[in-house]
Amino acid sequence: MQPFSYQRADSIADAVRLGRDTGAGDVHASTEFLAGGTTLVDLMRLEVMTPSHLVDLNPLRQQHAQISVDDQGLDLGAFVSMAQAARHPQVNARYPVIAESLKLAASQQLRNMATLGGNLLQRTRCPYFRDISWQSCNKRAPGSGCAAMAGVNRNHAVLGVDDSCIAQYAGDFAVALIALDAQLTLQGPDGTRRVALAGLHRDPGGQPHLENNLAPGELITGIHVPAGAWTARSTYVKVRDRESYEFAIASAAVALHLDGDIVRTARLGLGGMAYRPWRSQAAEQLLQGRKLTRDVMEQAAHQALEGAVTHGHNDYKPELARRTVVRALQAAQSLQPRA
Amino acid sequence: MTLTRRELIAGTAAGIGATTLLRSAGTAAAAPASVDAARAAAVPVTTTLNINGRDLRVTHDIRTSLLDALREHLSLTGTKKGCDHGQCGACTVHIDGRTALSCLTLAVAARGHSITTIEGLAAAPGRLHPVQQAFIDKDGFQCGYCTPGQIMSSVACIKEGFADDAASIREFMSGNLCRCAAYPNIVAAIEQARPQGGA
Repeated sequence: MQPFSYQRADSIADAVRLGRDTGAGDVHASTEFLAGGTTLVDLMRLEVMTPSHLVDLNPLRQQHAQISVDDQGLDLGAFVSMAQAARHPQVNARYPVIAESLKLAASQQLRNMATLGGNLLQRTRCPYFRDISWQSCNKRAPGSGCAAMAGVNRNHAVLGVDDSCIAQYAGDFAVALIALDAQLTLQGPDGTRRVALAGLHRDPGGQPHLENNLAPGELITGIHVPAGAWTARSTYVKVRDRESYEFAIASAAVALHLDGDIVRTARLGLGGMAYRPWRSQAAEQLLQGRKLTRDVMEQAAHQALEGAVTHGHNDYKPELARRTVVRALQAAQSLQPRA
Repeated sequence: MTLTRRELIAGTAAGIGATTLLRSAGTAAAAPASVDAARAAAVPVTTTLNINGRDLRVTHDIRTSLLDALREHLSLTGTKKGCDHGQCGACTVHIDGRTALSCLTLAVAARGHSITTIEGLAAAPGRLHPVQQAFIDKDGFQCGYCTPGQIMSSVACIKEGFADDAASIREFMSGNLCRCAAYPNIVAAIEQARPQGGA
């Protein structure tokens, strides 16, 4: 691990001031915020990330770890731990897709440590990114190429990729959130702003070392999930190489508002499949107003994988994703919502 | 008088503790952002860690993990280093009563929290926690290397109410890998300890 200097932030204002050299999720930013540390400390030990300064946000955990549910929706403090949100009774009853996405992620130890804000910003598990002995990685060494394109790319993304990077977004929680059109509260040097989660992560755009649209010094302080008639009938289906404690090779977040067999509203997020958290509004629109038959589910699944680009080892992914989407739609259809 | 290995290590730890007390207390927070990182890192920091109910001062490199602080500075070697990347669970401790990975926790960031290690689990020296006894009774290990981490997670599994059935136990325990594959016996040990093992 490379040397760094260290400061604790005792308030959001402190964090914003001390974190002025953070921003855009730049892998080579000189300053990093430390929250749960489950991604950052790991990547620092691998020397993939070598910040010269850490701003420890852990003193803020108590103050910004509230969960509240009302008619407007669900509000989660950014410093709520994954485990805390996963066990919250109302999150489970009214937003099951969120609770499930958290319970099916990582391990109990990591869920206790990781904050929700940090979870959204977790970095890819691409082995060419995580191992500095590989010379080519545009995400780690801008302009150096991509070793994954012609390498072992079984777990690489097929949606939202370009010629610069096919790294997969590894998270589950953000997939559930994007399906529910979550909004984020950000605080930075220019004050507070509310943005859609869908606008947080960047496309590779030839600059995959820049991962998000956070301004220098800006941090996520809250997550808001709008209420909707679809949130209670929702589920997260995750397909993995082993049964637990593993990243998705395909996942689907589904929320449905049904009127008998007819879809009033459908929401669909895809995980284990894309460069960033992925929502398929085209598939949602295809489902809207239709009778939810197996045939319609398969049409939606095909629509969701439109434009997928594969690189050999990951040729299996689009079909696995389609079947995962159908399975998730079936599971959501057969739910008996509690709320 | 014969010394057990544990007593010998405990004695060494006391010696180290006394040494660290003599060091100056350069606190991490005193380092301004403008200080060159390499220079900042060359200055040892002193952190007070609350471990097993005692406040212990550790003087360490800013980069030191909680795991290395426990093992290398405090000679609390019950907590094991497996992968050092948060993938195996051998380094599991309790922080404020919840399981956490000491390898991915910076020692400097652990100050102000209550840390329990495998050494702090039993009610008194020379006694075993019910979960420790259950691992012996049910043969819940072979080589034993992952066992302290397994036991720390097992206690939390029972305390947090995830020990009702084998499937729930396996899911809760999935962050603790066992290369010897003692998994069925670990589940049996948790089931045995369930009535009294969450304390």
